[in-house]
Amino acid sequence: MRCEDSPRRIILRSFLAALAVFAAVFSTNLAVAQMVRELSGPPGGMDMVPAKPMPKWNVDDVRKMRAYPDQPPVIPHSIEGYQLSVNTNRCLSCHKREFTEGAGAPMISVTHYMTREGQMLADVSPRRYFCTACHVPQAEVQPLVGNTFRDMSEMGVEHLGGK
Amino acid sequence: MIGELTRRDLIKAHAAGIAAATAGIALPAGAQPVPGGVESLEIKWSKAPCRFCGTGCGVMVGVKEGQVVATHGDMQAEVNRGLNCIKGYFLSKIMYGEDRLKTPLLRKRNGKYAKDGEFEPVSWDEAFDVMADQCKKVLKEKGPTAVGMFGSGQWTIFEGYAATKLMRAGFRSNNLDPNARHCMASAAYAFMRTFGMDEPMGCYDDFENADAFVLWGSNMAEMHPILWTRLADRRLGHQHVKVAVLSTFTHRSMDLADIPVIFTPGTDLAILNYIANHIITSGKVNEEFVRNHTTFMKGVTNIGYGLRPEDPLELKAANAANPANMEPTDFESFKKFVSDYTLEKVADLTGADPGFLQQLADLYADPNRKVMSLWTMGFNQHVRGVWANHMLYNLHLLTGKISEPGNGPFSLTGQPSACGTAREVGTFAHRLPADMTVTNPEHRHHAEEIWKLPEGLLPDKPGYHAVQQDRMLKDGKLSFYWVQVNNNVQAAPNTKNETYQGYRNPDNFIVVSDAYPTITAMSADLILPAAMWVEKEGAYGNAERRTHVWHQLVQAPGEARSDLWQLVEFSKRFTTDEVWPAEMLDKHPDYRGKTLFEVLFKNGQVDQFPLSEVDKSYPNNEAYAFDFYIQKGLFEEYASFGRGHGHDLAPYDRYHQERGLRWPVVNGQETKWRYREGYDPYVKAGEGVKFYGRPDGRAVILAVPYEPPAESPDNEYDFWLVTGRVLEHWHSGSMTMRVPELYKAFPGARCFMNADDARKRGFNQGMEVRIVSRRGEIRSRVETRGRNRMPPGVIFVPWFDASQLINKVTLDATDPISKQTDYKKCAVKILPVA
Repeated sequence: MRCEDSPRRIILRSFLAALAVFAAVFSTNLAVAQMVRELSGPPGGMDMVPAKPMPKWNVDDVRKMRAYPDQPPVIPHSIEGYQLSVNTNRCLSCHKREFTEGAGAPMISVTHYMTREGQMLADVSPRRYFCTACHVPQAEVQPLVGNTFRDMSEMGVEHLGGK
Repeated sequence: MIGELTRRDLIKAHAAGIAAATAGIALPAGAQPVPGGVESLEIKWSKAPCRFCGTGCGVMVGVKEGQVVATHGDMQAEVNRGLNCIKGYFLSKIMYGEDRLKTPLLRKRNGKYAKDGEFEPVSWDEAFDVMADQCKKVLKEKGPTAVGMFGSGQWTIFEGYAATKLMRAGFRSNNLDPNARHCMASAAYAFMRTFGMDEPMGCYDDFENADAFVLWGSNMAEMHPILWTRLADRRLGHQHVKVAVLSTFTHRSMDLADIPVIFTPGTDLAILNYIANHIITSGKVNEEFVRNHTTFMKGVTNIGYGLRPEDPLELKAANAANPANMEPTDFESFKKFVSDYTLEKVADLTGADPGFLQQLADLYADPNRKVMSLWTMGFNQHVRGVWANHMLYNLHLLTGKISEPGNGPFSLTGQPSACGTAREVGTFAHRLPADMTVTNPEHRHHAEEIWKLPEGLLPDKPGYHAVQQDRMLKDGKLSFYWVQVNNNVQAAPNTKNETYQGYRNPDNFIVVSDAYPTITAMSADLILPAAMWVEKEGAYGNAERRTHVWHQLVQAPGEARSDLWQLVEFSKRFTTDEVWPAEMLDKHPDYRGKTLFEVLFKNGQVDQFPLSEVDKSYPNNEAYAFDFYIQKGLFEEYASFGRGHGHDLAPYDRYHQERGLRWPVVNGQETKWRYREGYDPYVKAGEGVKFYGRPDGRAVILAVPYEPPAESPDNEYDFWLVTGRVLEHWHSGSMTMRVPELYKAFPGARCFMNADDARKRGFNQGMEVRIVSRRGEIRSRVETRGRNRMPPGVIFVPWFDASQLINKVTLDATDPISKQTDYKKCAVKILPVA
């Protein structure tokens, strides 16, 4: 929850933002070059480039803060070889309500027990059965391009009970 | 409240907000007596359709301090009822890639435009000056057929409509085509040829009513995940429901399959004819339906592969010049025609399991089972894609399983407005709005009337389709070219030899409008920064005929402007005297000396709705820029093409209130199933079923054979290459690769390969390899595990990754009828990186 967003991280983020502004203001010559940087791949996009190595996956089992409350949480462990078929759902064998205590895994959200019409069911709704449509593991790589999305908590929101 | 603020105040507030955002500081939110007061927590929520695929999910978009801060699935949207896929859940971040284009960029040397110059920032004025000069030069030297535009199924309806007016009526060129040509042209052609009207008869409600689902070349689990949730809901919640999945390799959709069918690329045609044969021989033809509602035709064969005309394959093809021809036939001849396709023969040709083939055929044959067939690129990106679509309609028509809840063929789309903009507005090289065509004199006349333009103005020759545009650019026949909302240098087949060459041809001036510096933008001469998604008011039409409108919610960064603004503002730079023939102006002197803006947009119709009709609680940059409610004006003029003709749209304002409506909207009611009495207001009492798009009211059952792909593996190039997408990235990745979470979920393309194939060649998991075809090569990494399990001899490489341009390798063969590229079948070899 909120406690995942440590003050240190916020300070670091503000510092980086300030640094970016500084860089942008004092290097107008560079600004043009930066503006037309490519999505990925080299200049002269038709040339052949080496393929980056396959990434390692984040497997530290530490829950990652969501970018906003509505975001489906990412998976901080390996799911390689997980079976997700009509007969077997390996994810639910830990994350379903009945198994969370034994597994120590977070329970899937209550919305996952609802029908299309919003009625609660006694078990996971079939429409939510395929977990990987929304939940994905994360590779240990740097973002290809930075993102200037701002967290709503940085927009003048005083944290309830934060004092 | 907000109503009392002037527009200037709003703009100032926005500017301050943007400045503050850039500086990384939060503005003081005025007096705030209570820390954490409720106001500071408030988020303004508004509805919009998702920016990605053709499913058309409704999302709620949360805005705070002029920025999108969150999105979630809209509970009130019938399409998705609160759900989104991983891409939809990250819509909040797609507009905030750090490298957003904020100013026009022109290639310059010594202060002037130069084809071999470097990109330099320029003003909009300078950009449009140079662009208009280049356009006028080409018009003068080479004529209107040398001017062209490549648009998109991601254009809003207004943008596509403005483009079609500007190109056809303004510049008098039909060289306008959307990237939807790569996506579902085969489906659109087959709809027209079979039913005389485009787009599905059914809708997504079929998911809750079908007893069986058959996926023909569609991996819905990854590409249409929300429709997959509806399908899974039905299958997992109802014991009797069966799912059949046909594909050239095993993918995530197979996880739910009761009947998995893996077949050799291209042989799906034979399976389709086998099922028709099975329906007939097992006595399961719905004779009454066939007698009353269908007609039999036979198509010409040996129609070639849409390659350049001098290609040996084209020279060998007897009917390459007239591939679309059909002649009438009857049931008995059809029966005889498909009788060749026996189970044994087809199992042998396809490599599919005969037991599963028979179970599949029985799904269609069983009169008590409602069947929904679904397909996307496996069918449409097929050198016989139009045939494949026809052959599937044959099955539904032979059994009468069509146009009723749970029964129907359903063509899915890949782009948010492939239906709404590309097809309904008619941005294809041969089309006009509401299914009309440029070759039909009555249709042209009708369009000229509605547009209040002189008779005979509209050109009658179909323009260049997508692949032809690239060839003509390379050959110097198309020389002024404007690309909006797509990334065709990455998306087009054989791009290194054809597309890219055309962009860099010194004869040509290439303009690319985009939000990000894609490889296409970087290949251009002028880049125009575009506003995207909720940075403008918009309208999309999804795969089930649902038209969905949204408000502008935030401001685009810097000087980025919407494609609509760009199109309409550019039209001010031309007068009729410069672009229309002198004879036409002599005959109609009233039009003389007017700008294209005046005759196309300020024509008394598009400009009839004043600013007072704009919702004051939202920004609308285009309306304020042109001083009238331009989106409403364009929509209403466009809607007049279809009203009363089976394409009825509701009044524009209503769409701001609804989560979309499925056309035809008659007497305020949407239509869920077309062509059947009781559901479709165009079918009169007593008619039962009527395919009223065709003069005889009958749908076509077409006899066409299996014909082989353009290129198949041989001793040297010994693998099939199949390209496609992955769940986490959308199309060329220009948006999703900039969302850190999506990037990290699938950071680079891979070469999915059979483990035995890899072992035999000494390749290990993760090893770097070269994928080489007769056209070009890329480097990738071997993936023998993961979500796709490949049969021997087939590899799959997704195309989202600009650093692994798989379209350097693909073949520019198309369906000769639809001109849609086959991205699913060509021959490659895999070599170690030395």
